Amino acid sequence: MNRDPGPNGTIAPDGRPSTEQPRWRRDFPIGVDADEYVSRRDFTSFMVLISSAFACGQLWIVAQNAWRRRRGEPPLKEVARLSELPVGGALTFRYPTESDVCVLVRLDERRLVAFDQSCTHLSCPVIPRVSEQRFECPCHHGSFDLESGRPTAGPPRRPLTRIRIEVVGDKVMANGYA
Amino acid sequence: MPVPESMQFFVDQSRCIGCQACVQACTECDSHRGQSMIQLDYLDRALSPQTAPVVCMHCDTPTCAEVCPADAIKRTADGVVQTARKPRCIACNNCVLACPFGVPKMNTAMGLMMKCDLCYDRTSVGKKPMCASVCPSQALYYGTREEIERLRPRSRPVDTFQFGAQTITTKVNVMVPRESALQAFDVLAGLTPATRADEDPLLAMLDVRDCAPEGVGP
Repeated sequence: MNRDPGPNGTIAPDGRPSTEQPRWRRDFPIGVDADEYVSRRDFTSFMVLISSAFACGQLWIVAQNAWRRRRGEPPLKEVARLSELPVGGALTFRYPTESDVCVLVRLDERRLVAFDQSCTHLSCPVIPRVSEQRFECPCHHGSFDLESGRPTAGPPRRPLTRIRIEVVGDKVMANGYA
Repeated sequence: MPVPESMQFFVDQSRCIGCQACVQACTECDSHRGQSMIQLDYLDRALSPQTAPVVCMHCDTPTCAEVCPADAIKRTADGVVQTARKPRCIACNNCVLACPFGVPKMNTAMGLMMKCDLCYDRTSVGKKPMCASVCPSQALYYGTREEIERLRPRSRPVDTFQFGAQTITTKVNVMVPRESALQAFDVLAGLTPATRADEDPLLAMLDVRDCAPEGVGP
């Protein structure tokens, strides 16, 4: 019986030398030294793969940016009737696409604000608390200023995405991002 | 620092008095406190008070490592088969079922197989394993081959075991009577229903036939 461990510290049960063993035995050695050994080729291929993954990620961000710029400004869209929204009232609308829910708040007779409803922390929908002058995110008790959308408490660090609002007669129009 | 080649572990089951000192000492180890890696087996409790300590035999070709699908059991260059690596072990029980000596035990609560690693934290710095340092009858002995030959002139160590077609050589030695012609323990031969002693592979390891006086054994 061969009791001399081969170069990878493994003695195969059939006792034959490591050169006659199947490939998987070299890939999964039993010897600690061979198990912890990282060859230069493995290290280099790992580095190349990880670096190229990072590079691809950067290129993807650049491509997304270019695509977003080419898409242009979102269109003008009527979202509510001014007469239907009392002072201190709020309603939701979808802008610019059907999957983007926004919230419109009437602060007083003349002033209206609108924000994308998704919290800038983890995209939970924020709830307007007009009496407390804030938006509340129920997920992690985040809080945003009602007028400016700036974060005032909780985990969010970025302001809510603001939507430019124009009032034409009785129509409340959304006109792109502010 | 590796475990020196000259220092070896010797198990003499016939010397075991069943005092559980090895189990207690193993339990006190800081690396696995409260969990003993050594088992004290009763050979046949109805017939005999004889016990046998079971430590990892540290096979040259560890079957536990061969069957591990998670690549968790590794053998150091000095021949010590280490316990399962915690981040890798998936608690699949393959090693528990595969080990011919029945050494690995699954800690189900921890989801981890733990087995004797020859007190690698101690032996690699020149100390004796816990169990060998406390064993009052020296059924577990750690030292050089010359020492054991001087101390036990009527015994000799055997480190080859036959399990059917599988021959296993181990780092740990089992003591047998010096005069016995035994070269390797044919463990499965003990399973043939010839005699009571032969029914139990552990009794076969003790090699009762060689120990017994004339006319008593088979």
